[in-house]
Amino acid sequence: MNSSANTTTVAPEGFNLFIYRVKKKFTGPDPYLTVAGVFLWLFTYWVLCEGLEIWRFTKLPGPVAISKDWFSTTPFQGISIFTAEYYDHISVSCQRILIAFGIATGLGVPLGLFMGWSRSIRDYLFPVIELLRPIPILAWVPLSILLLPGFEGPVIFLATLASFFVTTLNAMLGVDSIDEEYFRAAGCLGSSRWDVFKNVVVPGALPFIFTGLQISIGVAWFSLVAAEMVSGDLGLGYLIVDAYMNNVTVPMVIAMITLGFIGYFSSACVRALGDKLMGWHVKELAQQGR
Amino acid sequence: MAKNTSKTEKKGALSIKNVTKIYDPTGVNVMAVDNCSMEIAAGEVCMIVGPSGCGKTTLLNAIAGFHSITEGSIHLDGELLCGPERPKAEQSAERMVVFQHGALFPWKTLQENVAYGPTVQKALSPSQAMEKGGQMLAEAGLGNFIKKFPGEVSSGMARRAEIVRALINNPKVLLLDEPYRAMDALTKQIMHESLLETYDRTGVTIFFITHDLEEAIFLGDKVHIVTTRPCQLKKTVEVKIPRPRSYETQSSEKFRKLLVEVNDAVHEEAVKAFKAGEREMA
Repeated sequence: MNSSANTTTVAPEGFNLFIYRVKKKFTGPDPYLTVAGVFLWLFTYWVLCEGLEIWRFTKLPGPVAISKDWFSTTPFQGISIFTAEYYDHISVSCQRILIAFGIATGLGVPLGLFMGWSRSIRDYLFPVIELLRPIPILAWVPLSILLLPGFEGPVIFLATLASFFVTTLNAMLGVDSIDEEYFRAAGCLGSSRWDVFKNVVVPGALPFIFTGLQISIGVAWFSLVAAEMVSGDLGLGYLIVDAYMNNVTVPMVIAMITLGFIGYFSSACVRALGDKLMGWHVKELAQQGR
Repeated sequence: MAKNTSKTEKKGALSIKNVTKIYDPTGVNVMAVDNCSMEIAAGEVCMIVGPSGCGKTTLLNAIAGFHSITEGSIHLDGELLCGPERPKAEQSAERMVVFQHGALFPWKTLQENVAYGPTVQKALSPSQAMEKGGQMLAEAGLGNFIKKFPGEVSSGMARRAEIVRALINNPKVLLLDEPYRAMDALTKQIMHESLLETYDRTGVTIFFITHDLEEAIFLGDKVHIVTTRPCQLKKTVEVKIPRPRSYETQSSEKFRKLLVEVNDAVHEEAVKAFKAGEREMA
């Protein structure tokens, strides 16, 4: 009886665990549904633009025309994966996002945490933030151009502003979401106010903070593009408007799809960082079967 | 009895005198505790039994320093915790609370949770605290789980770890607010045995709120039955069953008799509480 129990199976680790997970994933329907979904979408797009050439859709480049240009060494409309210009636009936009998202996170997270932690800081700042928050980002465009010099300033300012509000609010709500009993337990155990901040407020708010950061990086992208469309010299948003003005529609769509991919990738990075910092949370959710 | 001879050295005598607590969250005064007095000797296991919402937790919160009291005073070993001049007691590691829903920090492993108290009180260096925490968890039978997060272990294990987290600080009083409420009968049994074992080892004063009458008699030296809101002491039943107690105790004649006695007193209050609840709803 004991001999069979002694032959324990070793849980896979490291690379083997990765292989196990990949195998497991492909035994289920999920990845195939994703592939099918993408193809269905592409097919519909192709039917509308190139297959049946439905009215108005003829103005748009279809998937075949786009991929021909996108992957060509000599693109007909100037933008492809082989042109340096394409990467200039991407890197400029990415840099701006990094700066804007960095500033917004660096200011927003501490501010939100302090607002959640201290009643008086909240009373002082929250009404002002709530008043400014509903103002649409596009409404800030003239003010930011008047206030800040050059192209970079206003563009980064607008992206920062949008993502700052989301981050701050989520960090504050994150503190609100922490169960009162954790504060009491920390008090009983002899914590100073600063100990409570480090050991209860910050880790307790992390799940909300990262939900906020995922939204905020998305918000940063769309306000950045909006800003680049109005005031800019480079960047994917600028590329879209510039292409449209010059009546070259292929680069316009390429820039849009590129934005989609980069946006997806940046959210995934934020999510991965969150999961890494919150092992406890991931495991807790896993225990609940999620 | 061995308990009486060591009584002089033991710490953690709680004296609750004429405590009254009035809440007024909606402008209407609600009296949660009314002129309630209780004496709890050092090293005693004192069980508080009463209907839901009667103000037992209010009393515990006052001792722990979470809430203020309106009138009266509470002393611990002759020292004033809260009274007319200081309505709210200061929170301190000498009075450790084990919460109803469990309050281990979910973002710390069991070991980090246990080590937290001595670390922030600067009683031990962080590495010493971790070491001692690991040891104490192992003594409580959790040696294989010290690196686990609370979300990864069963509720019974989490509760045991929480009691270890309290005991590592050498508290004078352990305040437990229905800690085993949501547990199944089998887990509860194991929890009781583990708590009794801990008590026999440390002799800490225990202030334990419960709804479970068998639990109250099985664990307690005294069972204080309190009235429905406002909370007052109705009756004290002394449990003269010698320690160490084992599960067979529960089927003894003495135990059954005590159970009937406590049940009579509680039932009356429960009916009152239920009727009052009906009136409030209507």
